[in-house]
Amino acid sequence: MGENNIVVSYLPLIVMVAVGFVFGLSNVFLAEILGSRRNKTNVKLDTYECGMEPVKTARERFSVKFYLVAMLFIVFDIEIVFMYPWAVKFRELGEIGLVAMLLFMALLFAGFVYVYKKGALTWD
Amino acid sequence: MLQDFLNSAPIPLLSALATLVMLLDAMKRDGARIVFGFSVFSLTAAMAAAIYTMFLPDKTTAFNNMITCGGYGAYFDIVFCLGGVLTLLAARPFLLASNTEHGEFYSLILFSICGMFLIAHSNNLLTLFIGIEVMSVSFYILSGYLRTSRFSIEASLKYFLLGAFITGFLVYGMALIYGSAGALGYNEIYQAVQGETGARFPMILLLGMGLLIIGLSFKSAIFPFHQWAPDVYQGAPTIVTAFMSTAGKAAAFSAFIPILAVLTPESSSPVAAKIGMLLAVLSAATMLVGNISAVVQKNIKRMLAYSSVAHAGYMMMGLAAGSVRGASGIVFYVTAYMFMQIGAFILISALERGSEERYQNLEDYAGLAKKHPVMAALMSVFMLSLTGIPPFAGFFGKYYLFTAAIESGYTWLTIIAVISSVISVYFYIGLIVAMYFRESDVQEQDSRPGLAGISLVISAAGVIILGVIPQFIDKIAKSLF
Repeated sequence: MGENNIVVSYLPLIVMVAVGFVFGLSNVFLAEILGSRRNKTNVKLDTYECGMEPVKTARERFSVKFYLVAMLFIVFDIEIVFMYPWAVKFRELGEIGLVAMLLFMALLFAGFVYVYKKGALTWD
Repeated sequence: MLQDFLNSAPIPLLSALATLVMLLDAMKRDGARIVFGFSVFSLTAAMAAAIYTMFLPDKTTAFNNMITCGGYGAYFDIVFCLGGVLTLLAARPFLLASNTEHGEFYSLILFSICGMFLIAHSNNLLTLFIGIEVMSVSFYILSGYLRTSRFSIEASLKYFLLGAFITGFLVYGMALIYGSAGALGYNEIYQAVQGETGARFPMILLLGMGLLIIGLSFKSAIFPFHQWAPDVYQGAPTIVTAFMSTAGKAAAFSAFIPILAVLTPESSSPVAAKIGMLLAVLSAATMLVGNISAVVQKNIKRMLAYSSVAHAGYMMMGLAAGSVRGASGIVFYVTAYMFMQIGAFILISALERGSEERYQNLEDYAGLAKKHPVMAALMSVFMLSLTGIPPFAGFFGKYYLFTAAIESGYTWLTIIAVISSVISVYFYIGLIVAMYFRESDVQEQDSRPGLAGISLVISAAGVIILGVIPQFIDKIAKSLF
């Protein structure tokens, strides 16, 4: 009985997946069947760049500094992610919530100090 | 709240001190010596805190049942700190010799120990997961610590990719267990799994357990999930290998014991029998594969890596036994293994002296007894202990595990264990034979191991003391359960 329950309760999901699969696949073929076969000029086949003319390849080497910035961004991003729900539930969480948040901020600040002192924020 | 912090003292204390070590390193340029001293002090402080919490009443928990305090966790804390101190002492001369001493090394070791603390103390699948990740991420970085070495980077990348992949198994296992038991806390899972009806979806629970066992098996390098171990242990800096292969394995087993006790509460139930058989088969395969593969290795780090796979197999016997004796056997073995394996790797790192070519192959050890008699003697102690020859610690470790397996009816497993131990004699004793009975025409001047000497002496002393009075640790280990 237990096993049956799972199938029944997940039935909508299964149907959804099946419909999505069929819809997606049929569109590919419909485009092929109904679409125009003429006028495949070079301009039409080119990379779409919002109207700009593509000038060169996008596969370029970036400076490793960009990755560093991206990593540092995650740290502060996570901080905000935690602070929003905490701020909403501030009254309910009370003192313990405040202490926990301060501890969390202190740890993040320690990380910030480390990053700053190591010179990760200087560009050159 | 304050009481919670006091009861779980080692974890917050070491986390705070590890952060301080990191900041100290950032503040002080060229202050690696101070950072080193402070990190050794931090580990000693955490060990003291662990001893202080050791004798808390049974089943003390903290932070809404997220972690357990005292007893079991505290014992493992002490083991991890010991491993950390031994590693740190040997790390400084190793890093100075290769001219790569950065303060980050010390803080990463401390952070990984924080993760291990969480693993050993976890009383909730989420805490366990966070602990495993903190430990693993530190290990990924540490194994790639020598940035200019191709081997080190390869080891790091390999370990990271496979580890990240296996984490998926671990989390999926936890999710399925949650789906079946309706809770993540060990206590709640225990309640749900117990009784006539058992969990709501027994098949899903079994699947979750299987995936969880896969995840933890990877971390402790159990047979079909051991392939990363030789490559990573060989490529990583030797001092990191010393730490990973001992403390990391101890941490994985410290997670294994409580979680299996929770998931299979009645040892007579059919689920417990199934899991027991699974673990027994894994254990037998691990021992055989580890020892047979070690026989053909030419590189000593690779050989010890395969031997560490085999030792994980021995430890798994205790899990298969599923009894208090088995669990306490694992605790004893982990302690003994910590001393002998870390000693062997530290010895290699001391001989290497910053070069990645020196003393890598087994033939380099020919005639070591003439060149460095003390080193050769210490290496012999570790090798004899790893073989399991009395009066060294390894013998009693195996003895406790073998008797536990026989008591639980796994006589065949014990026979396989004995056979694979006999196979292991070939390469352990082979190294001793090479050191003492073969000549080498390579001349070199004497080198002093420096601080690593202290680590080596402590490890050798540990191996011998555990071998002479095993009852002491065995009694403590039994009192944990």
